[in-house]
Order: sequence, then structure tokens, then C-alpha cells
Amino acid sequence: MINATGDPQTIALLGGTSELGLAIVAEYLAQAPAHVVLGIRPASSERESAVEQMTTAGALSVRVVDLDALDTAGHPKAVDQIAGEGDIDLAIIAFGLLGDADTLWQDQARVVDFIGVNYTGAVSVGVLLANRMREQGHGQMIVCSSVAGEKVRRSNFVYGSTKAGLDGFFTQLNEAHRNTGVSITVARPGMIRTKMTVGMPDAPLTLDPDEAARIIVEAARAHKPIVWVPPLFRLVMLVLHHIPAPIMRLLPL
Amino acid sequence: MDTSVDRFVTGWGRTAPTPAHLSYPRSVEEVVALVTRPRTTRGLIARGMGRSYGDPAQNSGGQIVDLTAMDVIHTIDTATATAEVDAGVTLDQLVRAGLRHGLWVPVLPGTRHVTVGGAIACDIHGKNHHSAGSFGSHVAEMSLVTADGSVKVLRPGGSPDDPDASLFWATVGGVGLTGVIVRARLSLQPVETSYFIADGLVTSSLEETIAVHTDGSEARYPFSSAWFDTISAPPRMGRAAISRGSIATLDQLPPKLREDPYRFEAKSLVDLPDVFPNGLANKLTFGTLGSLWYAASGNYTGKVKTLTGFYHPLDLIGHWNRAYGTKGFLQYQFVVPPQAVDEFTSILRDIQASGHYSFLNVFKLFGPGNEAPLSYPMAGWNVCVDFPIKPDLGPFLASLDRRILEFGGRLYVAKDSRTDAATFHAMYPRIDEWRAVRQRVDPDGVFLSDMARRLELV
Repeated sequence: MINATGDPQTIALLGGTSELGLAIVAEYLAQAPAHVVLGIRPASSERESAVEQMTTAGALSVRVVDLDALDTAGHPKAVDQIAGEGDIDLAIIAFGLLGDADTLWQDQARVVDFIGVNYTGAVSVGVLLANRMREQGHGQMIVCSSVAGEKVRRSNFVYGSTKAGLDGFFTQLNEAHRNTGVSITVARPGMIRTKMTVGMPDAPLTLDPDEAARIIVEAARAHKPIVWVPPLFRLVMLVLHHIPAPIMRLLPL
Repeated sequence: MDTSVDRFVTGWGRTAPTPAHLSYPRSVEEVVALVTRPRTTRGLIARGMGRSYGDPAQNSGGQIVDLTAMDVIHTIDTATATAEVDAGVTLDQLVRAGLRHGLWVPVLPGTRHVTVGGAIACDIHGKNHHSAGSFGSHVAEMSLVTADGSVKVLRPGGSPDDPDASLFWATVGGVGLTGVIVRARLSLQPVETSYFIADGLVTSSLEETIAVHTDGSEARYPFSSAWFDTISAPPRMGRAAISRGSIATLDQLPPKLREDPYRFEAKSLVDLPDVFPNGLANKLTFGTLGSLWYAASGNYTGKVKTLTGFYHPLDLIGHWNRAYGTKGFLQYQFVVPPQAVDEFTSILRDIQASGHYSFLNVFKLFGPGNEAPLSYPMAGWNVCVDFPIKPDLGPFLASLDRRILEFGGRLYVAKDSRTDAATFHAMYPRIDEWRAVRQRVDPDGVFLSDMARRLELV
């Protein structure tokens, strides 16, 4: 259950090695202990470190469940295993790839897999989780979208397009589940300093994972449907939307 | 006719709403039908007036059996001073009916708007706990619809359906998880009037408040409790308006009241609309209200008071919980053993310094507890404070939980809405004994609630 002070009893992180995802769980654990379930790729070498990080952060227990984003046929079973005997009070969908923006759009096989992880895989687990939460009568999801999905730009448009799809799906899935006890917060962060962006120069408004997590968790506790991370991105993207294409082409975006 | 509805439900604190399917049975047969033909896999829980602050009568995604339509007082027997009632009868109803026969409901909580079923399920207590014990100690018999659809008759000393009385005592304080209480026979107390003779005492510090409770004077009063100040900084912190008394005998009443000694007119002055903003309950408003309350209390002896004046001032205001805004509030009630005075004092100091402000503060020295494994009252200092929901309230209360546990104290199910399972289990060392009974009578987990899930009770 989620208690009177908004603390969940069980937190599932899908994409259990995501640095942002782990930071979000840690932010919850800093307020109250909880049982944590990590959905992680079977081949991942980072399982132990993720479990250790959650134990250190104050998890009452940590379970790891195999979750392959591309194996959509295996998702029903994986979500069942994530729930185990009890309810899933909070689920964070945090898996995703950044990809090589320069080559991805020309490589058919890779782009299909890429979409499979970032969009199809996320939608697949999202549907299953939302249905389960509807039956539970309660439950909350945090979905890691991106500012890149709000205004798809030339520089990383494959990534941006998957996040655009993901963002549209989950903001409206939230509407579809209105008054059922299920609530979804779509987080739109800008650049975050993680292994995904290592070696890249900081873009404006770049945050550390724990800074981003603090903003996201505050919004989720207030059941906000959308949160910009940091909030100033809302204004930045509004401006970008209104820049004519010929000028956009001249900008390094 | 199926009058069931789906809606969101909360406790009195209006936190953590969850949807459930509500049914309003009118007979024991209808309750049995609901229990034996579940509509979901999420279980079923009984609900009364919804006055518990947290989640014991919520059932996310499952069924709720609202018993308020089963509200018949079947008999009141003056010879044995007992009443046979449906579980949905409220204590307000029973007080009014009982007084017509010169009988008093022996345990009343801070509101009369609770049902008999809820009073048993939370094993409620009142201002007279040190002299009368808790509600469960006045139940002569009750009927419980269990998971198998049978109606079991339970008595405190055992019965054919419950030879060792383990189910009776697991049901007292069992927050509805052993079955649906449908009927009870309660022992009432013969009285000569409906009035109280009250003494009021105002203290100026916590030390003085504690001293008044330990100087032996408590034994002279069947009823005693205090409002105390948790907002002012020391030395005023803990100053209290103590009100103690007993039920008046006929010769204690002034001649005019003697003409109608059982007169009882408890009206609601106002019903608050749901328009209050979040944050209205703050240091300024609560500090001011508290000072007014303190100033208005004063010292007096032998004052004749009505039940409402002496006992139930909040019943004058309908839906007072709405004053806290839509975010709601929570009550934090704990008891620590009588010898833990220093620890208890340090907890109150920390509440005062926490930046969380509470107005409705109750202080009472409990007498010994009863046999029920999950019953809350035990000998010691009982304190109730309430807080509007604000950031960091959770970690602050979790830190208090740990200290209360360490001092051998515990929290109260009728108030709790936020503690975790491990803490609760450690506070109730007889929980495994209770769970064994529950497992025996409900092996498939028919009775479930949000509290049962949150505190991992089953």
C-alpha cells in the first residue's frame, strides 16, 4: 500500500540498473523503507552493484527478476514475478537506450531493436502494470521520458521519436486510468550525468541523477501527470517549438 | 435489491484514498451471502462510520461491507443491564436509548459516532480507561460471520463455537480480519443521571501535568483526560487543561436538572463544508486556538457538565476533519509504560521542536490492558497528537516509532495510517498468536483491508 504520508511499501524498478531509476528509488527510500524489486536484463553485469546500492539506500528487501525489454512475449510472466505474492505500489519504467544518433537512422535492423526497447518494450510492460494496478485499486507509475521526445530534433531524432511515442502513450494512459486509483507521472528530464552520457559535454540544465530524482519524486508524490526536469525545460521547449525550421537548421540542436 | 456502489474510500484523516466495491447489507443472511460469494480476489472488510483515521476499513480494489444499515437495538434489559444490538448501531444511538432506561455505555471514545462493530474491532477506550478498561471488556457475547459463512457465537470466557475464547479475543482489536461482527450483547452501567460532576485543573508545565497524574489523585476520578499544549516552547510546552470527573448521582444535581435526570440533547452546531485550503492548519491558527482553549479552561470543582461539554466537544462540529484541507491529516497516538517518564518527556519535546504542529492533543494515563493480543491500551502514558500532511512528516514519525518501540510502547490501529509492518509487529509481540487464530478461521484470506496489507497482518 501507499501510506498516509505517500510512501510506497513495494517499489519495482524496470530497468533495474538505470542510474536515474536507482536514484528515484533511493529518494523514496530516504523517506521510508520499502521492498524493492529490480527488473534487469539477464545478461547485465551490473546486477550486484544495483542490489548493493538499494540495500545501502535502506531497502527492506531487494529481489531481482529477469526482464528483457525486447522479449515482449515474456513480459506477462516477468510482471507476475515482479509482483510476487503482493501488490506493486510504485513502478518506475526506466529502461532505454540512447544509441548512436549518427548511424541509427540508417541501420534498419538496429533501429527496429532500438524502438523495441525504448518504445514497444516500455509500452508492453506499462500496459501490464497498469492493468494489474487497476485490479489492485491503487498504484503509481513513473515513466522516464525525455525532453527529446517533446520536440524531436535532427541531432538525435531516432531517440527523440521513441521518447515522443512513449511520452504520448503514457500521458494518455494516465488519462485512460483516471478515477481507477492508478496514476502515472511522466518525467521529462534533459541531460543527466550518467553512464549513458559519459564523455558527452554537459548540455545546458544538465543534472546529476540524484538532483533529477528529487524533482521527479516530489512531482510523483503530488500525482502530477508530467514533470520537467529541471522545471525550466518547460519554457525552453516552448521556445524551441516556435523556432521556424530554417532557423532551427542553423542551430546546433 | 443490490444497492452496491463503487467509490473511493478513506478514513477520517482523508489520506490515501482507494476504490472499493461497497455493499450495504440489511441482515445477517445478506452478510453471509457477501462473504461466501466474493466478487473479486481482493477480499472483503467490514466498515462502520469510518471514524478510524487510517486504513482499517479500506480495501483497495476489493469489497467493503458497510454495516451502518444494520442498526437495530434489539433489546435493552434493565434487570441484567445489557443491550442486544446489531453491529451497525452507533454509540450515539445506544447512549440515547440506554439513558431512557437509566443505563450508560461503559466505554465511549472521543466521538459517539462510531459503531459497536468498529468499537469492538479497534477495542476502543475512553476517558475512563483507568477505571473501566476498554470496550472489549464489556462485550458479553458477539456473533461473527466467519470466512466459511457460518455465524459463530463468541463469549469472553469461551462458548461452544469457540471453547478457548481465542477467537473472541482475536476479534477484539482484530480490525475486522477474523470476520464480520454482526451482533453483540453489551454490558451497560446503571446510572442515576446523564450528567457529569467535573473538576478542572490547569497546569503550567509538562512537569506539573505529569505530577498531577502521579500524585494519586487519578484514583478518585473514574473519568480523566487532558488537553495539552505541544506548540508553545518550554516551559509552557506540556501545560494542560485536565478535566476529571464522575457520573453525577441524583442528589448531586441541582433541583432543576433533577426533574429530568436522563435528559440528553447532543446537537451538532455546524457541519463544515469541504472548502478549506491546505495549510490553514498551521502554527499561527493552531497556536492561537490552543491558547484560547487553555485560557477558557480554568480551574473549577464540582461543576455539572453534559456529556458533550465534558466529553465530546468535537461532536458539536460535523466533519471537522475537513478543516485540514484536501491533503488530510493524521493522528499519532502512542502509549509508553508508566516508568518511561523521561523518555516520554523527550518525545513530547521533540514534537514541539519538530515544526509539525498539532492542536488536538490528548493526554491520559491508562490502566492495565486486557487479554486481546492486538488490543492497544496498556498501563502507561497515552498521548494523541495530530498533524497535517506535510513533507518530512513521514521520517519524523518513523523516528518517533523507533523510540516508542524501544521504550516498550506501541501505536493504535484506529489512528495509525503510516507505520510499517516490521515496526508494528515488534510493538505487538503477541501478533503471531493472533495470526494463528486468523489463519485457522480464515485460511483462504477472505478478510482483507488496506491496513492488513500495509502492516502485513495476515
